[in-house]
Amino acid sequence: MSAAIAPEPVVDAPDGASSGGKAKRVKKRLTSRTATFFAIVIATLWTIPTFGLFVSSFRPDTDIANSGWWTIITNPSFTLDNYTAVFSESGASSASLGVYFINSIVITLPATVFPITLALMAAYAFAWIPFKGSSWIFVLVFALQIVPLQMALIPLLKIFNYPWLDIGGTFPAVWIAHTIFALPLEIFLLHNFISEIPRDVMEAAKVDGANHAQIFRRVVIPLSVPAIASVAIFQFLWVWNDLLVALVFSGGTIKTAPLTQRIAEFAGTRGNDWELLTAAAFVGTIVPLIVFFSLQRYFVRGLLAGSTKG
Amino acid sequence: MTSLAGLAAIPLRTEGFWTDQGGKLGFAAVAIVAFLAVMGLVMFLADNAPKKGRDVIQLLLFILPAMLLLTAGMIWPALSTMWQSVTSKAGEFVGLDNFVTIFTDPTGQVVLRNTLLWVVFVPTISTVVGLAYALFIDRARGERVLKSLVFMPMAISFVGASIIWGFMYTYRSEGFPQIGLLNQILVWLGGSPYQFVETPPWNTFFLLVVMAWIQTGFAMVVLSAAIKGVPAEIVEAAELDGASAWERFLHVTLPWIRGSLVVVVTTITISTLKVFDIVRTMTGGQYNTSVVANEMYTRAFRLGQPEIGAALAVVLFILVLPIVVYNIRVLRQHKETH
Repeated sequence: MSAAIAPEPVVDAPDGASSGGKAKRVKKRLTSRTATFFAIVIATLWTIPTFGLFVSSFRPDTDIANSGWWTIITNPSFTLDNYTAVFSESGASSASLGVYFINSIVITLPATVFPITLALMAAYAFAWIPFKGSSWIFVLVFALQIVPLQMALIPLLKIFNYPWLDIGGTFPAVWIAHTIFALPLEIFLLHNFISEIPRDVMEAAKVDGANHAQIFRRVVIPLSVPAIASVAIFQFLWVWNDLLVALVFSGGTIKTAPLTQRIAEFAGTRGNDWELLTAAAFVGTIVPLIVFFSLQRYFVRGLLAGSTKG
Repeated sequence: MTSLAGLAAIPLRTEGFWTDQGGKLGFAAVAIVAFLAVMGLVMFLADNAPKKGRDVIQLLLFILPAMLLLTAGMIWPALSTMWQSVTSKAGEFVGLDNFVTIFTDPTGQVVLRNTLLWVVFVPTISTVVGLAYALFIDRARGERVLKSLVFMPMAISFVGASIIWGFMYTYRSEGFPQIGLLNQILVWLGGSPYQFVETPPWNTFFLLVVMAWIQTGFAMVVLSAAIKGVPAEIVEAAELDGASAWERFLHVTLPWIRGSLVVVVTTITISTLKVFDIVRTMTGGQYNTSVVANEMYTRAFRLGQPEIGAALAVVLFILVLPIVVYNIRVLRQHKETH
């Protein structure tokens, strides 16, 4: 929603020098010593918790239990045992995270593809197929973003458990739930983008005799790739990191539950086994971090474009 | 728990793992291919619709799948939840009884108080720190890296963040080596270790810090983009007039980024109201830390009180509603004036 006012973020800030003397003076003013000092303090405060977890996940269990992670400076010793333990499928400390990792993938990929496809089609219809009540229905869809997904959980679970459907606790239930909850925001965002396609382009395709299905395939989809990428990354991270939808619809067994659910459960039952928890938390975090660091630009764009999800 | 039964059932041999898990991945792949095939068929039908009424058929094919899902999965459930919130478990109309229960029950009052604390402090901390940081690092060397560091928590799940902070807060009795950084600092400073998560009422603050830690990155990125939109000429002019850095911020930057500030505060407020994972993972709502979103889940899905859960969901909806309406109005005004 903030897309309307927030311009494209300048991720690569221009160096003062490149934009002339004016920018140079601005740079000088704003990077005073105090400002730099506080910036470094904030950056450190914000990074230390994650860093401590990351370091700890590689320490031997006896070290974790008996000394803080900051003691690695004087007493460095590292091991991969914690990771072996959380991936193992038997033994006292097994967490079978491998299975849950696969479950997360199985949940996330369809739950990303389904809503984007449907939202793209609906967004096109709202933008380029004139019909009675179009703007009225579009506002209604937009307004659905107000509804917290908590409002939909109980009745939707009931629907999934109807005898004629009976998909409660299966992957399709989680896919469908995520698809539904993603639609209002995705339709809104993609509509913003698709409606900006120049009218001339659409008219030209029409003059060539193309119908809506053809225009959608040959013009709209190719032109919308950047918007689709942003929305896809955002949805991917949302689903991968989700706990609530998973808890309610996945049934919570090793057959379907995602990583987040397993790790949250582990935090409840093994709350003091930090050698396992740190490794488990890092396993759950690695995919989002890779996506984040490799696709940060799209991620930021998606975030600026719409942030009232849930 | 069910997962333990599941654990016993899984094969220990690695081939078993790969046939099982490969099967699941195959299932997902088939689902995606089948879905895209169906959508392709829809496109084919739209393409070859009879000339007469083609526009209507195409419109329906494009729009109906999404609309049917939204009707069945959001509109009807929301109405149904509203109805459930004014009925008893047996389904009889009871008026506002469930809401009275929430507001008079001591646990319910703690939940509402905590939610209020979250809504006041999370947006405030995130926005103030995010704005300060955005200003401090604006055009600084290494701005990009500095941004990534504070923004990174946005990518981590609430569950992961809860464990990261749970580790920061870890408590060991006095005299034992501390393994949580915060308690170690307390001990270094000559104090005694403190049970951050277990001791009410301050534990609510230590939980909401986790949310603020995550949302600061969001505030920083949006506000940084807004700050870069302030025209250099205006800043120059203010400087020539002898305005100090603080005055320039107050009278030039702040009014200019007001729209973005509103979006940031309202967006974080809405996410804060809805967040459930942090409380669920860190305490499960124990030690007087529950909030509306967590209590809704606990009542509806753990304690078998769906009617109270429904009422809590409606409370959440009512809390979110005015913020979203305000947000939309500000956005409208902003669009008109710019």
